[in-house]
Amino acid sequence: MALLELSGVTMRFGGLVAVNDLSLALEPGQLYGLIGPNGAGKTTVFNVITGVYTPTSGTIRFDGSGIVGERTGRITRRGIARTFQNSRLFGDMTVLDNVKVAFHCRQQADLPAAVFRAPKHSSEEARVDRESRDLLKIFHLEAAAGERARSLPYGSQRRLEIARAMATSPRLLLLDEPAAGMNPHEARELMDLIRWVRDHFGMAILLVEHNMKVVMGICETVHALDYGSTIAVGKPVEIQSNPKVIEAYLGGA
Amino acid sequence: MKGFLAAVGVVAALFVANALFTGAFGASLAMSPYVLQVICLAGINIILAVSLNLINGFTGQFSIGHAGFMAIGAYASAFVTVTLGDRLRSILSFLPRAGQDGAILLAALAVGALLAAVAGFFVGVPSLRLRGDYLAIVTLGFGEIIRVFILNIDAVGGARGYSGIPKLANFFWIYLFAALTIVVVYRIVHSSFGRTLIAIREDEIAAEAMGVDTTRSKVISFVVSSAMAGIGGGLFGHYLMYLHTNSFTFIKSIEIIIMIVIGGLGSITGSVLGAVLYIALTEGLREFSQYRMVVFSFLLIVIMIVRPQGILGHREFASFLTRRRRAPAVPPAPLEN
Repeated sequence: MALLELSGVTMRFGGLVAVNDLSLALEPGQLYGLIGPNGAGKTTVFNVITGVYTPTSGTIRFDGSGIVGERTGRITRRGIARTFQNSRLFGDMTVLDNVKVAFHCRQQADLPAAVFRAPKHSSEEARVDRESRDLLKIFHLEAAAGERARSLPYGSQRRLEIARAMATSPRLLLLDEPAAGMNPHEARELMDLIRWVRDHFGMAILLVEHNMKVVMGICETVHALDYGSTIAVGKPVEIQSNPKVIEAYLGGA
Repeated sequence: MKGFLAAVGVVAALFVANALFTGAFGASLAMSPYVLQVICLAGINIILAVSLNLINGFTGQFSIGHAGFMAIGAYASAFVTVTLGDRLRSILSFLPRAGQDGAILLAALAVGALLAAVAGFFVGVPSLRLRGDYLAIVTLGFGEIIRVFILNIDAVGGARGYSGIPKLANFFWIYLFAALTIVVVYRIVHSSFGRTLIAIREDEIAAEAMGVDTTRSKVISFVVSSAMAGIGGGLFGHYLMYLHTNSFTFIKSIEIIIMIVIGGLGSITGSVLGAVLYIALTEGLREFSQYRMVVFSFLLIVIMIVRPQGILGHREFASFLTRRRRAPAVPPAPLEN
């Protein structure tokens, strides 16, 4: 059974149809790429899945249950985490605390335990600290753990966004242009890291990316959108040679 | 164990200081009643400022209704001691006089804090959906509604004011609760739950996307803060022995905001500093008589020009004592696109 299933999802903003009758299915552990020219509706798809927008019509099922109309936080706790196209880190918090915040939704200790400094609180804090540092290590950020997130170089901020999303223990990770603004070397490193993370943690990844090298390099299935409508779905090689996709990107002859 | 010893130490120190200030060790060591009153009011300001900082500084939700919750705590706890005080005292007759006073005060403050928390819940649930200016206006409105509502309750004196409240609060109780407020807020902020509050301040959408139940976190911080304001109000009434709704206008809320802004939003020690500085300035400038508020306002403007982030900013006082590690040189972040 598919992990994430969108069927007939349409998102209208007044007269603008941002996403038109979109259907897609993600299997557990799959690396799925979503491509399309600017304004094709890729980020809107993310916002619809994560509950930022409620779709005008259509259904979204995650792990068998409908999630349309649920709040973003609830959907995250179900197991869908995301990153943002323009980094939305907690700028004034340390790199370590950015990751720790995302652990909160899987923690048990409540406020009274914190106020009375119950043993449960201390042991859980120690565990979260350890696991957060492990995650930072994976994303090569352990040396910057005490820095404010705002002061990180751009490439590290992008990696911290992914590390933070990982901390919610997702079964599906939505990455919104993780390689945006990276140089080719950084983008290639990130590509390897994303694939490694998928293999190591086994979650499905839905990737929106402009950098064709990244998408074609790591995705097993690529889904091309244009003006909110699906124009092609298939393996990377098929998409690369699809005349409709070429036309959408380069314009018709 | 270490924490317990520290708590016993603080209580003992406050007890001795209280005895010293009130002249128990000889009148020559006693503090003048005026100075002692200013110090006690500073302690109440600390409770109000530190608790408001939990909402405005750490959670980043701009509330201007703190005086309303203070009023609820003040009137509710005063009502308890005035109507039930004698009965409680006869039940507690086995205790020494000071013990009776303390027990009655604690019972009254508990009722005041509880009612303020309930009010905080009912104000917080609908209004915390709003952000920024809108939340500020709604909380301002609720603060005034509470005040006018109390003004029209005849059982607590109405427009005549509420008199006949026994003097149960003193330096000891005020600073005990100030210390308690600081410890509780510190522990909340330095916990998993506290991190969600700061995350909401930094970026509410991202916090929600990281699985934080932002509404729940905001309402809890609002309720806790309101309860603490209620305790501050209860101490206020039992210290001055008289209450009037004129003490709880939105000007009072603004005063508390000034304290936390000059001290530094998001800094507990900053709020303590701001609360003390506020009363020190308003009292210390009395020799300027009619120009007092002009000079005071001028000083506030100077502070805001020199330190727009507040005297301590987001940082705690202790972090200025430990030498900061030099940040590694980072290349400038390239612009997107």
